[in-house]
Amino acid sequence: MHAGGYPAPLSIPPGRSALRDTLRRVGTYTLRRVVVLLVTVVVGTYLAVLIANWGGEVDKMREAQCKEKAGMSLQADPTLQRLPAQQRQQRYEQEVERCKTLQGLDRPFFQRSLEYLRDALTLSLGRAVQLTSDSGSREVRNILLERLPATLLLFGTADLLLFFMALSVALFLSRQYGSILDRLIVALAPTSTAPGWFYGIFLILVFAGLMHLLPFGGMVDIPPPTDRAAYAMSVVRHLILPVAAIVIGSICLSIYSWRTFFLIYSSEDYVEMAKAKGLPPAMIQRRYILRPTLPPIITGFSFMLISLWQGAIILETVFNWPGLGRLLYSAIGSQDTPVIIGTVVIYGYLLALTVFILDIVYALIDPRVKVGEGGIGT
Amino acid sequence: MNALLAGLRQLRHYPSAIIGLTIVLGLLVLSLVTVLTIPYREAIRLWRGGAGVWDEHPELARPVWFQLFSSQNLPRTIIVDTRQGGKVIVDQPDGSRLMNAHLRFAFPYDVLPSEIGLWLSTTARETQPFVMLSWRKPNGEEIAFEERTPGQTDRYFLSRDEGLRQRLQARSTEEALFGAGSRGDGSPLKGTYELALEAILFEPGTDVDARLVVYGTIYGLAGTDTQRRDLAVALLWGTPIALTFGLLAAVGTTVFSLMISAVGTWFGGRLDAIIQRITEVNAMLPGLTLLVMIGMFYSRSLWIMLLAIILLSMFSLGIKTYRAIFLSLKEAPYIEAARTYGAGSLRIVFRYMIPRVIPMLIPAFVTAIPGFVFLEASLSILGLGDPDIPTWGKLLSDAYANEALFKGYYYWVLEPAALLMITGMSFAMSGFALDRMFNPRLRTT
Repeated sequence: MHAGGYPAPLSIPPGRSALRDTLRRVGTYTLRRVVVLLVTVVVGTYLAVLIANWGGEVDKMREAQCKEKAGMSLQADPTLQRLPAQQRQQRYEQEVERCKTLQGLDRPFFQRSLEYLRDALTLSLGRAVQLTSDSGSREVRNILLERLPATLLLFGTADLLLFFMALSVALFLSRQYGSILDRLIVALAPTSTAPGWFYGIFLILVFAGLMHLLPFGGMVDIPPPTDRAAYAMSVVRHLILPVAAIVIGSICLSIYSWRTFFLIYSSEDYVEMAKAKGLPPAMIQRRYILRPTLPPIITGFSFMLISLWQGAIILETVFNWPGLGRLLYSAIGSQDTPVIIGTVVIYGYLLALTVFILDIVYALIDPRVKVGEGGIGT
Repeated sequence: MNALLAGLRQLRHYPSAIIGLTIVLGLLVLSLVTVLTIPYREAIRLWRGGAGVWDEHPELARPVWFQLFSSQNLPRTIIVDTRQGGKVIVDQPDGSRLMNAHLRFAFPYDVLPSEIGLWLSTTARETQPFVMLSWRKPNGEEIAFEERTPGQTDRYFLSRDEGLRQRLQARSTEEALFGAGSRGDGSPLKGTYELALEAILFEPGTDVDARLVVYGTIYGLAGTDTQRRDLAVALLWGTPIALTFGLLAAVGTTVFSLMISAVGTWFGGRLDAIIQRITEVNAMLPGLTLLVMIGMFYSRSLWIMLLAIILLSMFSLGIKTYRAIFLSLKEAPYIEAARTYGAGSLRIVFRYMIPRVIPMLIPAFVTAIPGFVFLEASLSILGLGDPDIPTWGKLLSDAYANEALFKGYYYWVLEPAALLMITGMSFAMSGFALDRMFNPRLRTT
């Protein structure tokens, strides 16, 4: 794994102002990270806007919409029908111009792109072209926000499970160095190059297709159970396979690399010293091994989550999970530009938020957090 | 170079590297054979399909090796044609001519064919011939079909003839034509079948030909899809495409990252800081969604996607790792020596710094390849695969779109998945073993 480096000797802050000092450091660190993350979201969104309007595609689309609308309004109004052809043409062109001005098509692209950027960042993307939310709304924001809980449920569950399972197994294995299980995990580490959705296909085949134990996909049974407990049970049953797919897709490599970290740190002199002092193994593990290894592990985990979030798009598609990824898939299918841009933006926010949460955890557990030392990953 | 050779000599201590590299070599040979036997254009023509290309292949046929797991003798496709001989033409007193032909074939299988199709073609230009057809089963039962006046080519799918099925009161046309009648259990009669054609030709010098295709339920090494295409074409061609895509993406990403990081480290200062910030921001960009947008609005071409992927992963996290190496390298005596003889900055970066780290990069480079292969598959699953080029991802995507898992066409999913898995695992296994070999920090573990 990248983010490595050996722990610097713990600097002991002067007693009285220790807490205030820590808070100040964590605060400045957090602020710095927030700025970086916000810049990331803005850059990502602006890139999305640029790509969406690559070669003026969006402009052309809007212009065509304007022409269509103007033509329709001309036909719908019987008083206009009676006008002579030339006047009608004039009226039509006026209408198109009015609509284009309204859309801002007469202003330079750079200026408009900044407006798009503002709209995209606040998710005020107007109405979807074809998709609707389950409650029938066509506002892009409503559609996106409606899908968010499903995605959060699936990935929150999977990520937490992955983190704690990998951590405990890695700790366990670092004490069993060279055992059969240890060697098995080392041998299986390459399986993590395949993404979770890939294992999902096999899981569906075995547990849904052949054994009929679990559902093929979706989030609840159809029709959804009315009883609260039955509903929850149904969601849990639908959750098992996708969560298993995510975990299988990443766990071996995580265990392997974290266990390697633990092994490296457990051969440090201060650990030998602690052993010589006769400290209980549990305490050695917690204070002398886990503590210096957790910051790089957290950093590694946060980058793993970034790739997991993106894998989520395919995973949700494969499992028919009604989250954001599945929404993006339908939006691609129905060429729904506003929804696609919205998905990019909300993924940008989600990634940034994930990294931010882990950054705070990092800041809290890493005593070296000081502004000006390059922050995360250096 | 010496380090590399020494590394190769060490290889025999790492069985997983040997297995991995052997599979990689096998895939390379397979790609080469594929490219040489099925030219690129031919592969694209075959995969696009269209009229006439796959007409005589069964739809959704399982691969032939399914026979190994089945106690029943599964039918293969049988084709009989009047052009193979057996046609008799007799002149009639009224100027027309009468043609007689018998299409005979043996059917030794335990399962009904999947479909039956008949192609009639005539050279007549104005007055179409009049064709009467009758079917004779091994038990002597005869079934007459409706008369036909075929155009220049006439495709008659007996299986889709609802009128025929109703007239024969069978569950399917195949059962009507191959089963033992109302007493039968749905399994076909074994023996020789015959389709008799009697045609009245009105135009002098013209002819009628018939081609009967009894579609099997198994076909080829890989089976077929809903468009009757032989999956083997895509599986075979998927190999060179996947390898090329993975290799080019990995090379592009690594080379650019390396150069960016070397230049940044060498010049230091503001440039280095800017590169660092770009890397941090880039690491958190939702790259896949941006690729989706490029696929949506610009082009789905595999090569454009490749370019976009390289651009998006140029400022990868690898830059941080390389930077750490370069920072220590920058102070090395040989660099100082180069500086004293007056070597320019670019010369130092490209001739002295970058070549020095390349051996260290090989493991990371090999491990990166499968990620890009799977990325292509991911894009294909989202429906953003290259429309022309057959890839493993396209197969998975087609299978998914046709609900292959739900309907039980497992081979359709398992074949590309197995190839993806083999490719991914072979590169990853080699990369991981190389990493332990080249990276002394991990050697003890």
